[in-house]
Amino acid sequence: MTEQILKVQKIKNGIVIDHIPCGLALKVLKILGIERDIGSTVSMVMHVKSKYGWKDIVKIEDRFLEEKELDKIALVAPTATVNIIQNYKVVKKHRVKVPEHIIGIVKCTNPKCITNQREPITPEFYTVSKDPLIIKCRYCERDMEADEIIENII
Amino acid sequence: MFRGRDIVSIKEITPKEMDKIFEVAEEMIPIAQSAERSSLLQGYVLANLFFEPSTRTRLSFESAMSKLGGHVIGFANPSATSLAKGETLADTIRMVDEYSDVIVIRHPYEGSARLAADFAKHPVINAGDGAGQHPTQTLLDLFTVKREFGHIKDLNVGLIGDLKYGRTVHSLTYVLSNLGANLYLISPSLLRMPKHIIRELKTKPLETEKIENVLPELDVLYVTRIQKERFPDPNEYRKVAGIYRITPKLLENAKRHAIVMHPLPRVDEISPEVDATPHARYFLQAFYGVPVRMALLALVLGVI
Ligand SMILES: [Zn+2]
Repeated sequence: MTEQILKVQKIKNGIVIDHIPCGLALKVLKILGIERDIGSTVSMVMHVKSKYGWKDIVKIEDRFLEEKELDKIALVAPTATVNIIQNYKVVKKHRVKVPEHIIGIVKCTNPKCITNQREPITPEFYTVSKDPLIIKCRYCERDMEADEIIENII
Repeated sequence: MFRGRDIVSIKEITPKEMDKIFEVAEEMIPIAQSAERSSLLQGYVLANLFFEPSTRTRLSFESAMSKLGGHVIGFANPSATSLAKGETLADTIRMVDEYSDVIVIRHPYEGSARLAADFAKHPVINAGDGAGQHPTQTLLDLFTVKREFGHIKDLNVGLIGDLKYGRTVHSLTYVLSNLGANLYLISPSLLRMPKHIIRELKTKPLETEKIENVLPELDVLYVTRIQKERFPDPNEYRKVAGIYRITPKLLENAKRHAIVMHPLPRVDEISPEVDATPHARYFLQAFYGVPVRMALLALVLGVI
């Protein structure tokens, strides 16, 4: 996080999700349930220069993330880092990590999967590969790849 | 190591465990042939839950349980089930679990056996879930090969037909490769084995559209049905239906000891004249379904 970018829109308390792969900032907002006014400042920068190319950045005032939300971000933007800001300072910085075991975050794309029927179960996946991202449904054992995963985050 | 185990996916069974299953199945053969009597599973109840018809598999489990002196309850007709009345599968399983010691399930939805295993206290055996897993079929296929040749490693195994939609053939391919067989995949290009399955194999298989190219090298020819209902597009089906037909004439070029297998029912991919040739093993293969399932039942119920 360079000084210059922070100047664009410094936030007092909240989070900065940095190093989002280019073009995926809107997806990140969507999976965090930010699709309309949430009553606090949200800013998004797309296609900014970074050390290794281009990236997107999302900043949300007065918002903190639960473990589950971090996992969701990891599935959409595995390269992202989440900075927790308190009183204009980064107090914590974590890299998101693709979980080995994904419960209740993604819906299986297989229409014939038992998890897509009216049954009292939560969709469950195992991570087969992190790069490229491939996850396997614990029930129907079908694989899902990154673009399908993004479309099926619950 | 088997008591209380669910048999849901073939990938959860190690080669060593397979050997154990085959060892027990071998001992079950005289009982399956009624040359010996057994009351090993006397007093045990098997719930045979067939939410979609599969006469062969259902009868094979019934026979296996009966020959070991156990009882079978269940249904074969999906419209008669509570599922038709809107009950969840989870509820049906919890109820049946109270009535039985082991549950066998066949269901049109993929992953339903895993769900059943999650909800049942007793062991669950997957007898096919949609286009998903069918581990007892895979085990009886392997048992057939193993009994014939004594080993699987280094055998040349050809799989022919629908290698794309038939997921049972995917599981078989995976295990054969794991056990060291050399694989030959014979299919029209429309029905080639998916790349993600091939990627998981230990050694690269040989792929071809023409059976004639590879037949002389094969020890095992495993024939699968090209099923109309698997095709999303009926035009695709018409293009490939009836493309392969195994005949005695074709088999003249096969190794003398080569065997022909098929999960049955066959339609016209193997001509009836092949039945009388020394290559045919599909009926014996079907018979092996009984001792293999006897072995599984005895093992998961912990009586041996
Ligand atoms: Zn699934």
